Amino acid sequence: MKKLLIGNQAVATGLHDGGLGVVSSYPGTPSTEITEFLSKYDDLHSEWAPNEKVACEVAFGASLAGARSACAMKHVGLNVAADPLFTLSYTGVNGGMVICVADDPAMHSSQNEQDSRHYAIASKVPMLEPADSQEAYTFARTAFELSEQFDTPVILRMCTRIAHSQSVVETAEVIPAVLKDYEKNPAKYIMMPGNAIKRHPFVEERTLKLQEFAENCIYNTVEYASDNEIGIITSGCSYQYVKEVFGDSVSILKIGMPHPLPVNTIKDFASKVKKLYVIEELDPIIENHVKSLGIEVIGKEMFSILGEFSQKTIADAFGVKAKQSVSADSPVPNRPPMMCAGCPHRGMFYTLAKNKITVHGDIGCYTLGAVPPLNALDTTLCMGASISGLHGFNAARGESTEGKSVAVIGDSTFMHSGMTGLVNVAYNATNSTVIILDNSITGMTGHQQNPTTGYNIKGEVAAKVNLEALCKALGINRVRVVDPYNLKECDTAIKEELAAEEPSVIISRRPCVLLKSVKALPSLNVDVDKCKSCKRCMGLGCPAISMKDKKAVIDNTLCVGCGVCKQLCAFDAIN
Amino acid sequence: MKTTNVMIVGVGGQGSLLASKLLGRLLIDEGYDVKVSEVHGMSQRGGSVVTYVRFGDNVYSPIITEGEADYIISFEKLEAARYAKYLNKDGLIVVNTQQIDPMPVIIGAAEYPTEVLDELTAKGLKVEALDALSLAEQAGSSKAVNIVLMGKVAKQFGISYDKWITAIENTVAPKFVEMNKKAFDLGFNS
Repeated sequence: MKKLLIGNQAVATGLHDGGLGVVSSYPGTPSTEITEFLSKYDDLHSEWAPNEKVACEVAFGASLAGARSACAMKHVGLNVAADPLFTLSYTGVNGGMVICVADDPAMHSSQNEQDSRHYAIASKVPMLEPADSQEAYTFARTAFELSEQFDTPVILRMCTRIAHSQSVVETAEVIPAVLKDYEKNPAKYIMMPGNAIKRHPFVEERTLKLQEFAENCIYNTVEYASDNEIGIITSGCSYQYVKEVFGDSVSILKIGMPHPLPVNTIKDFASKVKKLYVIEELDPIIENHVKSLGIEVIGKEMFSILGEFSQKTIADAFGVKAKQSVSADSPVPNRPPMMCAGCPHRGMFYTLAKNKITVHGDIGCYTLGAVPPLNALDTTLCMGASISGLHGFNAARGESTEGKSVAVIGDSTFMHSGMTGLVNVAYNATNSTVIILDNSITGMTGHQQNPTTGYNIKGEVAAKVNLEALCKALGINRVRVVDPYNLKECDTAIKEELAAEEPSVIISRRPCVLLKSVKALPSLNVDVDKCKSCKRCMGLGCPAISMKDKKAVIDNTLCVGCGVCKQLCAFDAIN
Repeated sequence: MKTTNVMIVGVGGQGSLLASKLLGRLLIDEGYDVKVSEVHGMSQRGGSVVTYVRFGDNVYSPIITEGEADYIISFEKLEAARYAKYLNKDGLIVVNTQQIDPMPVIIGAAEYPTEVLDELTAKGLKVEALDALSLAEQAGSSKAVNIVLMGKVAKQFGISYDKWITAIENTVAPKFVEMNKKAFDLGFNS
């Protein structure tokens, strides 16, 4: 049956239909839906792990046990899972194992635009890259066979435009999940030097065999045009852009297996065309490979390393006449993303900004505390870096900053990799103040459960981490909870904990206002007679509040009655 | 058949994803090759949101670039102006006249171009404006702006009224079906 599926759902369906037994993942745009869709199947085990390293190791354990397994993450998640990945390359698998990784060219929702193909090369693990949802389905499904045939994990690389585009998929028969036998095999699975040294030659031989496989596989395909003027080697979504511009008028070698890349297929293709181009987003991986074969090719001198492509990128580069268009002369203001009306993070960020605190930020909705008018953040690096970064900052500057700087981190991010940083604060003793913004959900990726919420991926009741007890167990004596809707309480807590002579944690606790379990309070309104146009409420950056005819007005369709603006108003105009 | 390009643009949280999902399903039932490109993640937090729907015999790229769109369905006035350059010279913009101030306007760092639709019309673009928010409220919920707008453009894609209604029945939660059908009718007849 033909279905319209987003790429991530196609991957999920392909993994399921390919006999998946266990999936463990950490959410991250644009990869999250793979695991969300898999959680709807009852004939496999699905879970949200606290981070990608755990997820990858769970998938390894399941593979060892004989199940076909998978994990999914965004590109930067693979940095976290890189440790198991590199040695998994040595152990190989028992049940087939697929690591799904979604790159984000143009950084729609990411802090960098790293190219995951480097990981396949560095870890010597084969990688597949689909160009639409049908291929996402087929590649995910067949990746298990590839994995078992060559005794290796397989990386399935998605990018935003494939992951989040719907296209037509025809599914095939479901292969029921089976468990292969588990046999103890220390030489293969205990990677201590004496064993690992014998596995490395296996890895090198496997790469050679995979390269041979790449010459004649279903993943790399060739289309010849009627003339031999132009040949284009391309992959993933770039293939679609090339087809959009050129149709059947150029010859195309589509690479669906970016590692290892074929040699003879490329030489053969290059020999049959007059002019050869490589069109690939991000880094020149295919291009450098082609050049290493001594073949002349045009690549990054015509197509940028930066951002994502479109059919326009290709058309412009080849001098195809641009399509006519008109636009408004009036400047069109930007519409950046922002914290929602009633977001529990707002009160805390307002208080931090008001007190001119240096704030080490982290990854989540609360990164939006950085945008005007709050401008509350000083830095955001990667998952968990707020706490460890603050510790380093304070280690360098001592008392001069300890009383003036904090880390802010969400509940899910704290579970992911904030805990180890907090241990370090206690153990290596800086007088640091950490604020856990506990909104009881993984917010930015679209509401996934995590170990602090008390529910698992299927919404069933699960063990719930007690954050207060955890922070104390990690060595922090001063732990207090505040309600971020209460500005006075936030202010007092920040001042007292920054003044304290030992490290401390403030848990700013209030569930995300978008959660279905959270009931909105009646909308507030501005009494125009009392409003003195001081614009103090505007400093909150609440999308529900604006100025009309020099008076503050509250949009009743957006306001959830959090009452933070009411506390700020010195004229009692908001009620 | 040449590929038809539809852009659905608006503000995160307005329900444009549901609109594109509905349209995509209907088009695939008509036997077209279809691609729908969505936006997830950061841009949903009140940011500008764009979804591309493309259909025809054989659709390659999932996205639409400048000068290519046959239709722009805009859930908000400013967003119509933002994406107007994507419209081809014979294209049509259907726009909800609702004004949602972006943060730079709220904090006074920029001005909302309130007359921008007239400006686009003066430049020769075909613009059909309607107050979809009022119609949605009339149907029973301000959240039904997306369905009102789909009602407004329904006739453009050669899909029968009955099929649209069936699609709504199959997509929307049972308790909201009647309200959404009413919203669709209000858009359809506007």
